[in-house]
Amino acid sequence: MTTNRDEIETDILVIGGGTAGPMAAIKAKQKNPALRVLLLEKANVKRSGAICMGMDGLNNAVIPGYATPEQYVKEITVANDGIVNQKTLFAYADNSYAMIEELDSWGVKFEKDENGDYAVKKVHHMGTYVLPMPEGHDIKKVLYRKLKQTRVNITNRLVATRILTADDGRVAGALAFDCRSGTYTVIRAKAVILCTGAAGRLGLPASGYLFGTYENPTNAGDGYSMAYHAGAELSGIECFQINPLIKDYNGPACAYVTGPMGGYTANAQGERFIESDYWSGQMMQEFYQELAGGKGPVFLKVNHLAEETIANIETILHGNERPSRGRFHEGRGTDYRTDMVEMHISEIGLCSGHSASGVWVNEHAETTVAGLYAAGDLACVPHNYMLGAFVYGKFAGESAASYCANTELAAVDAIQIEAEHERVFAPLTREHGLSPAQVEYKLRRLVNDYLQPPKVAKRMEIGLARFEEIRSDLQKMFATNPHELMRAAEVSFILDCAEMAARASLFRTESRWGLYHYRQDYPESNDVDWSVHVQVKKDTDGKMSVFKRPLEPYLVEPEETEKNVYQQLRIQPSQGELHEF
Amino acid sequence: MSFSPIDFPVKVNVNACIADKGCTICIDACPLDVLVIDIVTGKASMKYDECWYCLPCEKDCPTHAIRVDIPYLLR
Repeated sequence: MTTNRDEIETDILVIGGGTAGPMAAIKAKQKNPALRVLLLEKANVKRSGAICMGMDGLNNAVIPGYATPEQYVKEITVANDGIVNQKTLFAYADNSYAMIEELDSWGVKFEKDENGDYAVKKVHHMGTYVLPMPEGHDIKKVLYRKLKQTRVNITNRLVATRILTADDGRVAGALAFDCRSGTYTVIRAKAVILCTGAAGRLGLPASGYLFGTYENPTNAGDGYSMAYHAGAELSGIECFQINPLIKDYNGPACAYVTGPMGGYTANAQGERFIESDYWSGQMMQEFYQELAGGKGPVFLKVNHLAEETIANIETILHGNERPSRGRFHEGRGTDYRTDMVEMHISEIGLCSGHSASGVWVNEHAETTVAGLYAAGDLACVPHNYMLGAFVYGKFAGESAASYCANTELAAVDAIQIEAEHERVFAPLTREHGLSPAQVEYKLRRLVNDYLQPPKVAKRMEIGLARFEEIRSDLQKMFATNPHELMRAAEVSFILDCAEMAARASLFRTESRWGLYHYRQDYPESNDVDWSVHVQVKKDTDGKMSVFKRPLEPYLVEPEETEKNVYQQLRIQPSQGELHEF
Repeated sequence: MSFSPIDFPVKVNVNACIADKGCTICIDACPLDVLVIDIVTGKASMKYDECWYCLPCEKDCPTHAIRVDIPYLLR
């Protein structure tokens, strides 16, 4: 078999054209218009990533008059059980308002009150940070227009599989193939920005459908795997993403949208059981208990609301982010007016946008590898959601542009290029074997069996042994065309993520973040030994190493009264109507 | 999975579809790249059972030729 080959040279390569990626590319180009900036996308930039159909709100907007960066940093520090690099949170918070105003000027629509001020809502436990976007369905169009205006080069349907590194460890580019033509492409670049989104195809949905995931299933953990193999540190991988979702549909119930209108998460008796619907590990723990308990399962309840309110909720929820939701409800005869919507908890994933697991970055979006940057759901900035993707996309683009000013293209290593060609294209050379879908199904079923919390050491150790067997199965995968080859490459990303998830979870011998890292064999939190980041990195000998990274001193210390707020989410039976923090 | 693909979520009205006139909007839009032009009919069709029921194909279709159903396993 001969593969068609292509070589591209650029200054900055942005991998992933969803949310953070377009922003990174635009900001790099704006910072230095002379730079060649290439935005590479596995799908098509017009409709790719987590926000391919739009977004219904900003979950963590820090807007003057409603919140200060200091308040926000404290809230997320407490929500993420203290394991944060506050510098990165602060940089986000401090830049979030300017980003909202810039997006607004580009044509992204945010909800405003009668005075033209942003209509911020309270959903979190302490502060007020949710800015609805009832007309947020056009956000990808706005980004695309801006990309064109800024003259960013775009290439679609290229699947990046590895970062190229130079002798001194710095970035030299990336390797990719076209999922339609199969062309193998070497991209030489001074800097690479990873914006590939979550590892959304890690656990298997309870439906058994491989693509019935919460995250856009295109996001298979590509960037986690690429960063790992490039030698970058990853952090908080044991802090899984588990979401409260609409059962089977596996999309968000959107209590953030309905909450400010009077909707809430309820048990089978229609009672509210958590004080705040803001997603955190502790909230998921309460959700999980209620789901499995005598008052379960759990529902989204809006059927007590007025007709106008329900009609408004329908317009927003069935027109943004996951518009097929209305169709799903229709098929089951579920009407918000009369019925509660059955919910469940999702399979596990890795996503810093929602929890904390990602590629380690500092407040300039720099990873630990020279020339490699990361932003969005895959970069470890806890709870940074869509607005964080934009803000860190901006940081990454600007940092990379500055880096390029003093950097030459690194020489590419022919050995890396040929080894990757052999690895990635092997399934096309086989005459028979395992289909990528079969291997993926089995791998993700094992992820459910051995990694879904609550976690236990022995179970995770067995899981690791089974993952090793899957690793040898990768050598038996068979593909008949470049599309199937893409799925085969993704299985290897998923496997890397599964192994990192197991090893990081085994390493942290305590419980933290509620359900996200509930160790039955270490049920208590241990702040003395475990007020640290857990990092995963590929050793020089090619082994996966796991180690502690100390917390940076806090910039803002949460008050004593605030520290336990996220530990007390369950509504107490004895509690009166008035509750003070 | 290797289920027999008898009920794909993406349904194309071949009378309305203008892929044979050069339109590739739905095929370009799909994040999972599951749509192709059928060699026999010249119309858009779903080749891989990997739909995320996200709807860009349906929303962007200029002739409203596409309807996406929720995949059977979730319905």
